[in-house]
Amino acid sequence: MRWIWIDRFLAFDRGKSARALKNLSLAEDYFADHFPGYPVMPGSLILEGLAQTGGILVGEANDFREKVVLAKILWARFHREAFPGDQLIYDVELLNLRAEGAAVRGRVHAGDALVAEAELFFAHLDQARSGQFGDHNFVFSGELKHLLGLAKLQADQADNSGGPEN
Amino acid sequence: MPNQEEIYTKVSATLVEALNVDEDEIKPSATLQGDLGAESIDFLDIVFRLEREFGIKIPRGELFPESIFQGDPEFVQDGRVTEKGLAELRARMPFADLSTFEQNPELSAISDLFTVDMIARYIQTKLSEGKPAEPSVN
Repeated sequence: MRWIWIDRFLAFDRGKSARALKNLSLAEDYFADHFPGYPVMPGSLILEGLAQTGGILVGEANDFREKVVLAKILWARFHREAFPGDQLIYDVELLNLRAEGAAVRGRVHAGDALVAEAELFFAHLDQARSGQFGDHNFVFSGELKHLLGLAKLQADQADNSGGPEN
Repeated sequence: MPNQEEIYTKVSATLVEALNVDEDEIKPSATLQGDLGAESIDFLDIVFRLEREFGIKIPRGELFPESIFQGDPEFVQDGRVTEKGLAELRARMPFADLSTFEQNPELSAISDLFTVDMIARYIQTKLSEGKPAEPSVN
């Protein structure tokens, strides 16, 4: 299984907020065990989607120079279960950002229903523990950063197709 | 400007949230790490919350100086903070109560300087600094 828990960005306001979506498919492996006969998305994975949305928001604000890691979940509330076929919308806003780390607040909706909300805290590894993990930025090395690139591409295409014809 | 008691109440509430401790565990002399179980990552969380709660800016290393003495033989010898090190501490953390620490300045005890009361005093200093000067009465 690839560790990517959002499918697409819908909006991205640099250093302020981000919105991503995640479609839940019954074909996803975890539904088979969580739970047999009653598939619901584990709350921890819902939070992971929020953390990825928020982590990219935080990372992009510094042009991905920092290794942004989820350090603390300040609080989380779950209001409703998320089922196969649901489309989750992750909304994240930046509360604080400074050299050592950042805090974001996030909400997850399925349609009009609030599924979960949480406040997440990210640390910048470079600042907090310099050198321990080497120079390579393992956080934004692959899929996560690629996803944002994809979102930009989509946005550009939308701009081009929607623009006035010359 | 909030008075001493209001500041202390707000600081307590902030710590209850940041460290997920019970209100009755918070007392002025409680140490953040020893008594309240704070971990390194909690310190930045506390700083964020205090900034929001009091509308102040807390520059990096001002409230919680990071590793002041690391590798400096002038400040630490044989695991104990030297006179020069104590002077540095006084200068860097004028809001901390060093009276107990000075009697037995083991480096390992330095985290005990970080108490609830220390934060309250820091906030007090900070708020009075930010206050615009009183118009002089002539």
